[in-house]
Amino acid sequence: MYATNYAKATSLEDAVAKLQAAEDGKFLGGGQTLIATMKQRLAAPSDVIDVTKIPELKGITVDADTVTIGAATIHSEVASSKEIAAAIPALSGLAGTIGDPAVRNMGTMGGVLANNDPAADYPAAAMALDAVIHTSKGSYPATEYFTGMFETALDDDEIITKITYQIPLKAAYEKFRNPASRYSLCSVFVAVLKNGEPRVAVTGSGNDGVFRVGAMEEALKSNFAPEAVTGIAVDPETMLADIHGSAEYRAHLVSVLAGRAVAKAG
Amino acid sequence: MGVQGIGARLVRKEDQRFITGSGRYTDDISERHMTTAVFLRSPHAHAKIASMDIAAAKTMPGVIAVITGQDIIDGGIGDLICGWMIHSKDGSPMKMSPYKVMDPDTVRYVGQPVAMVVAETKAQAVDAAEAIEIDYQTLPALTDFAHAMDEGAPQVHEVAPNNLICDWQLGDEAATDAAFASAAHVVEVDIRNNRLVPSAIEPRAAVASYNAAEDHYTLYTTSQNPHVARLVLSAFYNVAPEHKLRVVAPDVGGGFGSKIYIYPEEIACLFASRTVKRPVKWTADRSESFMTDAHGRDHVTKAKLALDADYKFLGLKVDTIANIGAYMSLFSSATPTYLYATLLSGQYNLPNIYANVKLVYSHTTPVDAYRGAGRPEATFVVERIVEVTARKLGISPVELRRRNFITAFPHQTPVLMNYDPSDFPGLLTKALEVIDYDNYPARKAQSEADGKLRGIGFSCYIEACGIAPSQAVGSLGAGVGLWESAEIRVNPVGTIEILTGSHSHGQGHETTFTQVVAERFGIPNENIQIVHGDTDKVQFGMGTYGSRSGPVGMGAIAKALDKVEKKAKLLAGHLMEADPDDIVIENGELKVAGTDKKLAWHEVSLAAYVAHNLPEGMEPGLTEKSFYDPANFTFPAGAFICEVEIDPGTGVTRIANFVAVDDFGVIINPLVVEGQVHGGLAQGIGQALLEGCVYDDAGQLITASYMDYCVPRADDLPSFALDHLEIANPSNPLGIKGCGEAGAIGAPPAVINAITDALGTENIIMPATPEKVWRAAQAARPQLAAE
Amino acid sequence: MSEVKLTVNGREVSRDVEDRTLLVSFLREELGLTGTHVGCDTSQCGACTVHVDGKAVKSCTVFAVQMDGASVTTIEGLASGATLHPMQEAFRNNHGLQCGFCTPGMIMMGVDIVKRHPEGLDDTTIRKELEGNICRCTGYHNIVKAISAAAKEMSTPAMAAE
Repeated sequence: MYATNYAKATSLEDAVAKLQAAEDGKFLGGGQTLIATMKQRLAAPSDVIDVTKIPELKGITVDADTVTIGAATIHSEVASSKEIAAAIPALSGLAGTIGDPAVRNMGTMGGVLANNDPAADYPAAAMALDAVIHTSKGSYPATEYFTGMFETALDDDEIITKITYQIPLKAAYEKFRNPASRYSLCSVFVAVLKNGEPRVAVTGSGNDGVFRVGAMEEALKSNFAPEAVTGIAVDPETMLADIHGSAEYRAHLVSVLAGRAVAKAG
Repeated sequence: MGVQGIGARLVRKEDQRFITGSGRYTDDISERHMTTAVFLRSPHAHAKIASMDIAAAKTMPGVIAVITGQDIIDGGIGDLICGWMIHSKDGSPMKMSPYKVMDPDTVRYVGQPVAMVVAETKAQAVDAAEAIEIDYQTLPALTDFAHAMDEGAPQVHEVAPNNLICDWQLGDEAATDAAFASAAHVVEVDIRNNRLVPSAIEPRAAVASYNAAEDHYTLYTTSQNPHVARLVLSAFYNVAPEHKLRVVAPDVGGGFGSKIYIYPEEIACLFASRTVKRPVKWTADRSESFMTDAHGRDHVTKAKLALDADYKFLGLKVDTIANIGAYMSLFSSATPTYLYATLLSGQYNLPNIYANVKLVYSHTTPVDAYRGAGRPEATFVVERIVEVTARKLGISPVELRRRNFITAFPHQTPVLMNYDPSDFPGLLTKALEVIDYDNYPARKAQSEADGKLRGIGFSCYIEACGIAPSQAVGSLGAGVGLWESAEIRVNPVGTIEILTGSHSHGQGHETTFTQVVAERFGIPNENIQIVHGDTDKVQFGMGTYGSRSGPVGMGAIAKALDKVEKKAKLLAGHLMEADPDDIVIENGELKVAGTDKKLAWHEVSLAAYVAHNLPEGMEPGLTEKSFYDPANFTFPAGAFICEVEIDPGTGVTRIANFVAVDDFGVIINPLVVEGQVHGGLAQGIGQALLEGCVYDDAGQLITASYMDYCVPRADDLPSFALDHLEIANPSNPLGIKGCGEAGAIGAPPAVINAITDALGTENIIMPATPEKVWRAAQAARPQLAAE
Repeated sequence: MSEVKLTVNGREVSRDVEDRTLLVSFLREELGLTGTHVGCDTSQCGACTVHVDGKAVKSCTVFAVQMDGASVTTIEGLASGATLHPMQEAFRNNHGLQCGFCTPGMIMMGVDIVKRHPEGLDDTTIRKELEGNICRCTGYHNIVKAISAAAKEMSTPAMAAE
């Protein structure tokens, strides 16, 4: 790892000021991706500014229609929150599949969404649950927030503060892990929003990051049943490919897992 | 603890330090004024080094020295060697190229060390390594070793035209061809035995320190065989004469073969320590381990089996290309030849066998012995072709095996081995019982009702362990003898130290070896201590690999105990005025049979040391030594049955049941032996389902971390059902056969036989990843895969 | 450089270290607590698992300075004096270790797993919970048995009170 300077931000303003003062600074959440990347010397920020102690990034609130989660909330807290489990069990279930128990004790929701790894899990939930990503500068609907692999609408000095998810009528997440890394190779989040709109979001497979499958959403409107989606193919040309799964295989998995997620959502 | 002898399920003594974080592994060792070394490694699979500029690196903060390959050559350090000479069928010796610690001119695999930085801290060393400028002229690389001998293939070494190291054969080709000519049935298979990374969880490490005042070196290193390391470092690499070099292998965190070899890094650390006159520590990152620990397996094979009209085996013919990698590692020549083809008879009467193995270079990490070493590859060939044959001929795989099992012993195979007794039909019968084979159809029906495919696969393996007798291996080209040594040192107070040349890296020697002594003398295990892993303390030894610490290491202990027992009885007879032949040793006492005369063990040992009253001519003391060279290899065998359940939608394979019934001969400690089987099975199942090295065409190792190389996790594996037959080995002083590698040897064909049974196609190449299984399912049963 | 103050195994410690110092390096090199091991560079093997404020964390993927003020428990601090933790005893009694290198991480994770599952643990759950800890020796069979046995032991009232 290259040398770096660590600083703990006490407020949003403090964090932004520290970042702006740094030569090449980066915000640090739980560090489960950033520190791992720095260890490989693939990232070399001059400064890392720890945002996890900022009060605005804390807390979980549930109202009639939404669940709002502070960006510094660690995955294990999301997974074990009774409030979230009651409102969106598929979301707490998803949180319980991220990384492993030790990673879940450090990694944060904001960190995952800011990084937008194409194999991350939360982006699928954010897309399917029509989430709003609130930041130090404003807010973005999920559909406008994710702009490509490892790309988001965030500016370099913009911090995610909290994420608001719609409470769906029903939802389920089917995760297929890369056998080695255990990241998502192909995972599908299916939800029916309260307005009756079905959503199907896929992570781990898209060569442009997380994406929704319009044809499946359309088909589910008239028939919310596995067979409505298992016959719908996504284009392998839009899929990632690596030694763990070809584009064709990933495309196949999208259909299979969407069907299973629909079945699980009930 | 009390007296826990042979067969006791004794929990391990060594665990106290491991469960409290008090183990002492190489990286835990710090010496005063210690420096840290890192290696700059080639990013290319094949390139000429046009120039190297170390000037900037030398001036970086904290840098003490930058050492190049030329420095090491100029320092008189010799080339690495392969210690087992084999010959081609035309009689010519294998074509071994020079293997330099750091080749100053050419790199031949990604990760090959090209320069070493010694600095005050690791971070400083890494920073400086990055500042070394090298101008590489890249050259075409050969990674597809199956085409290594093709016209126009990139050449790895000038000494080996067409990359062919050796065109080796074993068996009678004419007789085997004749058998095929007379056959009623011939079945052929194409096999690829996938390339594996041993991946011991402790990365390799070394702490080297040179004491100028005494002109003496000490090397702490992650070794399975510190004496062999010292011998090789001394005799071949000219680091220092043996009496000026102490090698210590402290606690070692797993080896599985990868820590047998002497690697460039240890040699460079010793050299660097002399250069900078301070201790030097190097610890591999995991990515370095992936790139530089010797890999395992990597064969492509065509095999065919001839049968008569009654489905009796007539002959087996095997053609294999074995990838050796970029350089010949220490035992790389033996692994795909004498450790492989000699086991091609399996558990079967197979009157004619001919094997041809072509060993080839490639621009990949060196390949050498990994848990099982040759025997998993042989077992895979035999057990796959037997299963495929049964399916093709429409006979049950159980029945086909029963018709061909060897049942009379000793049995001489056509490929050198002379099997000691076992009970192959009995092992299979027991395995069928344990897995409840009679109810398999019901389980299969249930799986199908759940939308899953279920399959069952068998594997009846045999292996040859110990890798001894010395004369036999010497006649086959081994550069060393493969005996083992032991010294039993009875202290004046009656406690005992066992000095052994075996070395534990997880096998539990500190517990099991005491059981042999406790059994013999009836003294408590807590009064017995194992001393190992230090060339200053232990007489010469050959180390631990090839499942040899039980049969050979403990064999040596038994032989040394014979001598101690004889002397103790002579002395006790003298002290009690009885005939030594009338002395019996039990419960820690030496008794005169048929009388109430007795002496406690510690009274006799004290008498030996005070030496006031010894028999005429007896020397004082009670310490004896043995160098035990076995009369034969040992032959553990077993029957494994695997049941898999496949999700046809995703191709995910779940191991539903796995039964292993083994014959390891006499079992010293069932708890420890079961643990060895569990671990071996995990690695064998890993090979079948999860693990496989992938190089791209440019020679980059794609699977260079746990992100891409899939070692089994807990949820990939089932709980295993184990059982055993205990058929004593008549060729071993303790009746032991060995157990360390069995699981890794027998498991892969059991898993693949189960998967191919479920899918109805033989077309699966290990590892059977979800995508491969899905594709095979699609090809075999399109209607299922489409679901 | 920053000053890092931690409570490690009940003892307050303070060191000036480079900001890039990982917690595992702080423990091993600054404090000499070499029971916590490094087995990979990608946060996957779990050999470095320790408890930070009572929760399992991979000490190879956090900066020491990030943990400033926290209470860290390593394998060396798990036993109460000469009395081993039930998880340590269970690993020994069930032969849940061979080479011992992954063992400290496994034991620390085992304790964490049991704490998070007061309802009890079946083998499938234990295997799933061990996703971030790699063992190359045991095939996990006896590790699962050990954690299961320890869970029963720890659920007795005396232990549950802790």
